[in-house]
Amino acid sequence: MKRIGVFVCHCGINIAGTVDIKRVVEAVKNFPGVVYVEDYKYMCSDPGQNLIREKIKSEKLDGVVIAACSPTLHEKTFRNTVSQAGINPYNCEIANIREQCSWVHTNMEEATEKAIRIVKSIVAKTLLDESLVPIKSPVVKRALVVGGGIAGIQAALNIANSGYEVVLVEKEPSIGGRMAQFSETFPTLDCAQCILTPKMVDVASNENIKLLTYSEVVDVSGSVGNFKVKIKKKAKSVDYEKCTGCGICVEKCPVKVPNEFDRGMSERKAIYTQFPQAVPNKPVIDRENCTYFQKGKCRLCERVCPFGAIDFEQEDEVIEEEVGAIVLATGYELYDVSNMGEYGGGELEDVIDGLTFERLLSSSGPTSGEVRRPSDGKVPKTVVFVKCVGSRDPEHHFPYCSKVCCMYTTKHAMLYKHRVPDGKAYIFYMDVRTAGKGYEEFYQRAQEEDGVIYLRGKVSKIYKSDGKLIVDGFDTLTGRKVQVEADMVVLAMAIRPSSGAEKLFNLLKVSTDANGFLTEAHPKLRPVESLTAGIFLVGCAQGPKDIPDSVSQANAAASMISVMFSQDYLIHEPIITGVNEDLCSGCGICVAVCPYDARKINREKGTVEVNEILCEACGACAAACPSGAAQQKNLTDRQIISMIKAILEE
Amino acid sequence: MIKPKIIAFYCKWCTSAGADLAGTSRLTYPPNVIPVRVMCSSRVDAEHVLEAFKNGADGVLIGGCHPGDCHYETGNYQTLKRVTLLKKMLEDLNIDPRRLRLEWVSAAEGKRFTEVVKEFTEEIAKLGELKVEKL
Repeated sequence: MKRIGVFVCHCGINIAGTVDIKRVVEAVKNFPGVVYVEDYKYMCSDPGQNLIREKIKSEKLDGVVIAACSPTLHEKTFRNTVSQAGINPYNCEIANIREQCSWVHTNMEEATEKAIRIVKSIVAKTLLDESLVPIKSPVVKRALVVGGGIAGIQAALNIANSGYEVVLVEKEPSIGGRMAQFSETFPTLDCAQCILTPKMVDVASNENIKLLTYSEVVDVSGSVGNFKVKIKKKAKSVDYEKCTGCGICVEKCPVKVPNEFDRGMSERKAIYTQFPQAVPNKPVIDRENCTYFQKGKCRLCERVCPFGAIDFEQEDEVIEEEVGAIVLATGYELYDVSNMGEYGGGELEDVIDGLTFERLLSSSGPTSGEVRRPSDGKVPKTVVFVKCVGSRDPEHHFPYCSKVCCMYTTKHAMLYKHRVPDGKAYIFYMDVRTAGKGYEEFYQRAQEEDGVIYLRGKVSKIYKSDGKLIVDGFDTLTGRKVQVEADMVVLAMAIRPSSGAEKLFNLLKVSTDANGFLTEAHPKLRPVESLTAGIFLVGCAQGPKDIPDSVSQANAAASMISVMFSQDYLIHEPIITGVNEDLCSGCGICVAVCPYDARKINREKGTVEVNEILCEACGACAAACPSGAAQQKNLTDRQIISMIKAILEE
Repeated sequence: MIKPKIIAFYCKWCTSAGADLAGTSRLTYPPNVIPVRVMCSSRVDAEHVLEAFKNGADGVLIGGCHPGDCHYETGNYQTLKRVTLLKKMLEDLNIDPRRLRLEWVSAAEGKRFTEVVKEFTEEIAKLGELKVEKL
């Protein structure tokens, strides 16, 4: 049996004032395994700690119980003390007889009785404590960032600038994401391109960043510190080593298709760069629309290329990268307007979504920044903006608030009025939410200086009559029906997670909420970590948010990754829940309750395996295990039952 | 009225911290409840509760984080499911299910912690000593 020493602290009169220390000491002497008991005024003081160290040696103790304050305060202190005297720190336990005893009771008799039982239970636990060593696992000091929008760019730059390599994967031919499509940004009205493109160039020129555009993650294995990622580089059909980005091929290509970047309001070629400031600024061939790939003839681009860079034979290539951490910055898309039949979405050409309107406002857009409606290119004199379309509508669409629409719709109306001063801008709203620095002022400005008209109420129907778009709504402030004859309608559609992201999330086994957005490990305290260790979430993949919030999250994730990479090993508390393979039947019940994906069934062995680094030691699996094979280290079923018996023993 | 014997399982992150706060706030409550600190309320197995009753406990209290606030994200939901089932099982064993109670107490709820303990102790005192024939 272990030789346990119990050290009872008076904590001045904090404990001794209500607990009869002498009686505790006398009672403890008779507990099984206890070979030495001593009390002292302040156990945490230097002399107190010296006393513990001396007695460990002279009494040959191999287990120590400190009856004192809450373990939250001094568990670390005392574990450190005992390890200085040569005892494994996990053989030292704290009996909380202050916060949960002496401070909350007034009757000395009763408090003493309770203190004795508490100490007894902790002695019973300590008797069965094992010596444990922290779990160490090596860290690959490289990160993968998925998504090259502003959040992914910011995260990649920060990690790279901390001195670590980053693999940045973007599915489109260029990085830049949604922000590259924006015109100006609220509330300062800086041009989005002006603040974004220098960052895109920084990414391309950063030696620590390996940029893989037109690429997708297709497989992930391993765990925190050591992920193996397979990435498919889609064939660009252009040799980027040779290509200079001169653009002659694009100019000569005879095929015209709707340009996705301009939301279909302009045309691009089959060989194309996404937008003029694209990074990398080199084209790809869209094989679905290329005459050569579809019909076997043309090859005009090849003939005009002065550098022989066109490569029709290029194939998709799958490469493997090893990384220690993964940042998910897969962004968002807008809920399609065609879901809004009552608003003529998808039917009426001049009923468009917010992102399409951004392109109309953008000086690099299809109209060079002039507001001209898609149907006939006329300047609309009355524009109706409708907010919360698809958002905050749990019965028909989505329950959540898309967060950015209040501000961008205000911006849209304001910029429209700047472009068309004699035009009228109406905004139908449910609420106006302007939490953010300078946001409320911006909203006030739109009303007071730019004369934007806000109507509180929902729009019931939008239809065409006599060449006008009739917007039927209800003004809940006046209690009257409102009808506006508009030339164009802009719908602030709900923000949705990027399509295709779900597949990636499943691959990575990261959890999402009911709406498909990534779930954070803790909504308040671990907002940029996923429940899967080593995987971080930033930007709109986690939920609708604006640029400053996305950038802050990216900075936070990058800083957490830098902290992780500053160590050679990941150190993990060893109080994990293991598996006794002799008892495990491989039923997998523990696998289902584990929130961290730390357990999995090994089909060959027919038992469950634990990834110790991923286990956070909640013990839910231990309670769920029907055979007792899952046991939490130093809090085994045997220990808990032994504590219960010690407490209840007469 | 008897002085009931109660075993209480507190999760480390919320309820035990709430109990500590009751202490630092010098609130008082009955001394009948002896704590067993676990990492998460979901660590508590039916076996632990039954062992407590078998060995003479008159009541068992389990304290976890509020729904949505669990340090381990979903642990307290597991606990809720288990306790609901276990209460049914207790009935079959002729143990009044009120003798087992699950409460959500956060680290900020020192006052609420004392109220829970007081109220539960009174309830168990009213129910009287638990006489378990065979368990």
